[in-house]
Amino acid sequence: MQSGKIVVENLYKVFGAEPQEAIDLLKQGWSKERILAEKGAVIGVSDVSFSVEEGEIFVLMGLSGSGKSTLIRLINRLVEPSGGNVYIDGQNVAKMPKAELIDLRRRDMSMVFQSFALMPSRSVLDNAAFGLEVAGKSKKVREERAMQVLKQVGLDTFAHKMPHELSGGMQQRVGLARALAVDPSMIIMDEAFSALDPLKRREMQDVLLELQKTDRRTIIFVSHDIEEAMRIGTRIGIMEGGKLVQVGTPQELIDNPANDYVRNFFNTVDTNRYLTAGQLMANSVPIYVHNGKAPDAQKVCQELQALDKHYAFVVDEQNNFQGSISLEKIALLVEGGATCSLDANVLKHINPVSEGTPLDQVIERLVDNEGPIPVIDAHGHYSGAISKGRLLTRLQGESHE
Amino acid sequence: MSEKQLDLGSWVNDVVQHLLDNYSDGFDSIGAVVNGFSEGIEWLLMLPPAWLLIAIFIGLGLWRIGYKFAIFTAISFVLIVLTGFWEQTVVTLGLTFSATLISLLLGIPLGIWAARSERVATIIRPILDFMQTMPAFVYLIPAAMLFGLGRVPGIIATVIFAMPPAVRLTNLGIRQVNKEIIEAGQSFGCTPRQLLFKVQLPNAMPSIMAGVNQTIMMALSMVIIASMVGAGGLGNDVLASIQRLDIGLGFESGMAVVLLAIILDRITESFGTPQTAKRSSLFSWFSGKLQRQ
Repeated sequence: MQSGKIVVENLYKVFGAEPQEAIDLLKQGWSKERILAEKGAVIGVSDVSFSVEEGEIFVLMGLSGSGKSTLIRLINRLVEPSGGNVYIDGQNVAKMPKAELIDLRRRDMSMVFQSFALMPSRSVLDNAAFGLEVAGKSKKVREERAMQVLKQVGLDTFAHKMPHELSGGMQQRVGLARALAVDPSMIIMDEAFSALDPLKRREMQDVLLELQKTDRRTIIFVSHDIEEAMRIGTRIGIMEGGKLVQVGTPQELIDNPANDYVRNFFNTVDTNRYLTAGQLMANSVPIYVHNGKAPDAQKVCQELQALDKHYAFVVDEQNNFQGSISLEKIALLVEGGATCSLDANVLKHINPVSEGTPLDQVIERLVDNEGPIPVIDAHGHYSGAISKGRLLTRLQGESHE
Repeated sequence: MSEKQLDLGSWVNDVVQHLLDNYSDGFDSIGAVVNGFSEGIEWLLMLPPAWLLIAIFIGLGLWRIGYKFAIFTAISFVLIVLTGFWEQTVVTLGLTFSATLISLLLGIPLGIWAARSERVATIIRPILDFMQTMPAFVYLIPAAMLFGLGRVPGIIATVIFAMPPAVRLTNLGIRQVNKEIIEAGQSFGCTPRQLLFKVQLPNAMPSIMAGVNQTIMMALSMVIIASMVGAGGLGNDVLASIQRLDIGLGFESGMAVVLLAIILDRITESFGTPQTAKRSSLFSWFSGKLQRQ
């Protein structure tokens, strides 16, 4: 068994009379289309396994009908699994008795819905207190706690209004407050912000990220909005036809999409925004090693001219970055046939950037710096350089590599 | 009439005769309960003086609907009193309330059951169709045979006629509650019982109240017909006007029925639409009670 807060193992959901038969046929390699045509069973979720770490926002993405809504409902068992296991903190939700399941739902998990799903005949306060009421908390305790979470989502002054008196964004704040009130360690959010306009959606994402800073909860978030997924997701899982086709960080999915379906998701996104120094760098600047003896300027000058390069970097034997020098400066040093070595006195020191530095900071550094900037890896060793020209070609597209 | 190939009718006759011969004690005790219940309600309605009962209705109209309706209520009751139909009207009101309460007591739980079980819904549906469309006179007579003449067969026939909307609209109301609201209830750990009382019934309340309204209206129309088996009330006057071809009496008593119907309809209808501005309304009080169970 994998480890993690939530571990999903070979999970299946079949809508039809003979789920086990359909699962066996799936294992024999039948396609879901064939099973539907010949057996009349609809495959909702097919052999899905993944795990979600404590405190992570795990975003499930997929087109409508890809099974993402079914999958999250299998996790809190609003939909009965046809096969497989769902472990939450090591407890198998898929197999636990009803009474235990109800207890777990009251204590440690909650859900936020696309249509908000507030009770229209209850006030905002009573809606927020719903989970606590169901769990049998006293009126005083639950109203105190509900007020506290309403304050967290900025709705304390609306506590005694009715839901229909609030705007969509505010209603979903109530939905979020209701989910937070029971102080769960995990929240399932089903397209929670999809019904909101783009501005409100962004605002709610900020509310969620802000809440995560103070109380880290494990969140499974279903979305069909890739921008949203990349903004809030620690990792993203992509679903297609009931299968989980790929799981990874936004960067991993952009860099190595498993198939065209995954790649298509990112087509509409300006993926450049997510580039880092490590991906932008190249070996475009000649390197000279200072192995106890500084490189000879005359030689470097000739080589740079031959290579048509304008800068050289010097590293030490351990591959630590020492400094940079421009061809113009070397040319001045060796003017009239003078011999000179490239030691620390003549080199220009530049602070290297690490491989994980995001694009906007790289651009900032390049603007401040005249020549290329060095990139170092996690151990502080030199690993590449980014020049302005290199950056522009990289931003224009992969084809120019 | 062409010759009968199948004599269903004589079987029914046999069944009624069999019931009469063997189970008359059972019917008598049912009859006694219904009779006691409706007498109690009539006694309650007769308890306050006429002006107080009228004032209560005017007050309800003022609170739930507005001053215009309150004025209409006042004029209606004055007309009824002046034309000399007050006592019959109170009897009719009592019969209507008794039949309605029995209908709701049976109908709402049945509707809930039907909403929770596909099998029950399938079985109940044709029975409800039968109850609603079988001409009332057809079961009025066997009811009189089984329970004896008087208010009891009248109320029982009225319950048969008026109960279906309560069952149907309760069932429909519960089934129509938004799926995500149900899921919200479940995902926060509702037991099936909590789900019913905290989520399904409160959210189905507008539909259930529409059923209550329909039941009252149908009960009112039926208790008039039930005067044929001696149920009493305004129906007696309507019946007398037909027998004596007294058009004037027919109009007066008929008008009393219509005015009573309008007043009951508007007031009960107003409870079906939640008044969110007034949180003290009976509707939110009622759904609040349910939720706190």
